[in-house]
Amino acid sequence: MALYDRRRRRRSEIYLGLCYVAVGIGLGALALILMTLVYSGFRGLSLGVFTQMTPPPGSNGGLLNAIIGSLIMTALGMLIGTPIGILAGTYMAEYGRNTKLTLTVRFINDILLSAPSIVIGLFIYEVMVVRMGHFSAIAGAVALAVIVIPVVVRTTEDMLLLVPDTLREAARALGLPCVTVIRKVLYRAARAGLITGVLLAVARISGETAPLLFTALNNQFYSTNLNAPMASLPAVIFQFALSPYKEWQQLAWTGALLITFAVLTLSVTARALQTERGKR
Amino acid sequence: MSSPDSELQPGHPVVAKISPSAVYVDSSSADDEPPAIGIPIPIRAHSPQTDEPVPSQPREKSPLVAQKITVRSLDFYYGSNHALKSINVPLYANQVTAFIGPSGCGKSTLLRVLNRMYDLYPHQNARGEVLLDGENILHPKQDLNLLRARVGMVFQKPTPFPMSIHDNIAFGVKLYHRLPKSELSDRIEAALRQAALWDEVKDKLGSPGLSLSGGQQQRLCIARTVALQPEVILLDEPCSALDPISTAKIEETIDELKEKYTIAIVTHNMQQAARVSDYTAFMYLGELIEFGVTSHIFTSPAKKQTQNYITGRFG
Repeated sequence: MALYDRRRRRRSEIYLGLCYVAVGIGLGALALILMTLVYSGFRGLSLGVFTQMTPPPGSNGGLLNAIIGSLIMTALGMLIGTPIGILAGTYMAEYGRNTKLTLTVRFINDILLSAPSIVIGLFIYEVMVVRMGHFSAIAGAVALAVIVIPVVVRTTEDMLLLVPDTLREAARALGLPCVTVIRKVLYRAARAGLITGVLLAVARISGETAPLLFTALNNQFYSTNLNAPMASLPAVIFQFALSPYKEWQQLAWTGALLITFAVLTLSVTARALQTERGKR
Repeated sequence: MSSPDSELQPGHPVVAKISPSAVYVDSSSADDEPPAIGIPIPIRAHSPQTDEPVPSQPREKSPLVAQKITVRSLDFYYGSNHALKSINVPLYANQVTAFIGPSGCGKSTLLRVLNRMYDLYPHQNARGEVLLDGENILHPKQDLNLLRARVGMVFQKPTPFPMSIHDNIAFGVKLYHRLPKSELSDRIEAALRQAALWDEVKDKLGSPGLSLSGGQQQRLCIARTVALQPEVILLDEPCSALDPISTAKIEETIDELKEKYTIAIVTHNMQQAARVSDYTAFMYLGELIEFGVTSHIFTSPAKKQTQNYITGRFG
């Protein structure tokens, strides 16, 4: 008995130790990244970053055009992708549950969800940029929307499926038509989850570089013209980090810091909403 | 246990009285007051194999025989699973009919046929007739939303919508009746009063329905159903998730509601069936074994199976 006990305890300790090591590596990597970012990015942080354009090599400047560009394209991508994603997810959870179409769409959607974003960028390049004859912000937004759709479809379907059928039955038993039940009862019941999905999608696309490189390209200047190339934070970081110029490298660090904390805030908000939902 | 006769209030339209041997009740034989429906309907519970009428009709003076709902040779299938077998049962107007029987005997299934709830799911089929005021609601052209507004349902688990107490009730009402604001709030108050919830929530109509206790939530669901002014209310084990005090409140509510509505209740609690119902139907393995006046079923059931069940020998 005692021998057994000791052996068991030792085995438990070994496994527990391995778990600690794994957690340490995971969290350590994250901490290192954040620390490096803060250390290198923070000293470049100044008001100028938010008020000045990206500079030519060798001079000082900011990231205003890149920040605005990112905001515009992210917002536009969400505007295109969210309704499509929500409607498709609603169809899958409410109307076509377990139909062949739904199973097929879910399978393809999962593939799309993990598709390399550079492939999506190339696809939009072929479909839009080549046809239009030039790079444009709208092509960038569409590429981002293609990334948004599978994320929102997935979360919408999952969140609606989490709403218990008893609530559907109770609403239908009052003689409410299906559309009303979905809009007024189910969306409301799943609201936190749906918002989480949308926020996660925002977080996902606001850091995407590859799809923008082939579509919106980049722009040295301030531009809100959707039909022309547009700057974006990821693209600027990519370009500046690879450059030999000190000022550009510094701006790349600062941009990376901004993006990371924006995404972090979104993720934390999404997570907070989710736990709030779980509590109820 | 009160006999149903003592619950016969003067306000009730007594349509016909039947003698113990009466197997058919011809409602046209009522002398003064015309019944709610004009067709003569046999009220006998068949035992499916023998087709013998079950001799558990009320022995003495009988209460009402106006049938709000008549189920005639109803068969129900979950896919290929034959869940209800040739059911014949009446629901008398302004009476409470309890359905008892062991789990899986088809009580809830029967209830879900009466408002065609089963239609929400594929591969569920009903055959036979369910007459609501003489009209077959199983007809494919039946407007389901309209039917469900007439035949309300309260479920086992309280299911308030994720909105305020006020909106929980107003939501359904607004869809069917365009009421001015003051009338709407009158309607909501009346519904909450009927569900015996008004005094507890009148000061917090704006707070979320989910913030109420389980028993209150269930009464909110009853209020929500009542507010649509249905004709029939189906209660599917409405108290199984509640504590005894809430249960008592809901039973009181049921007692009051039957003045206005015809009520069918599924329950696993035999005492509850005895307390709240005027008629009781005992079901077993998808068949209706016995139907009759509650006091009669519980004191001298005609069938051995019924007796075994209510004395707790099986089920």
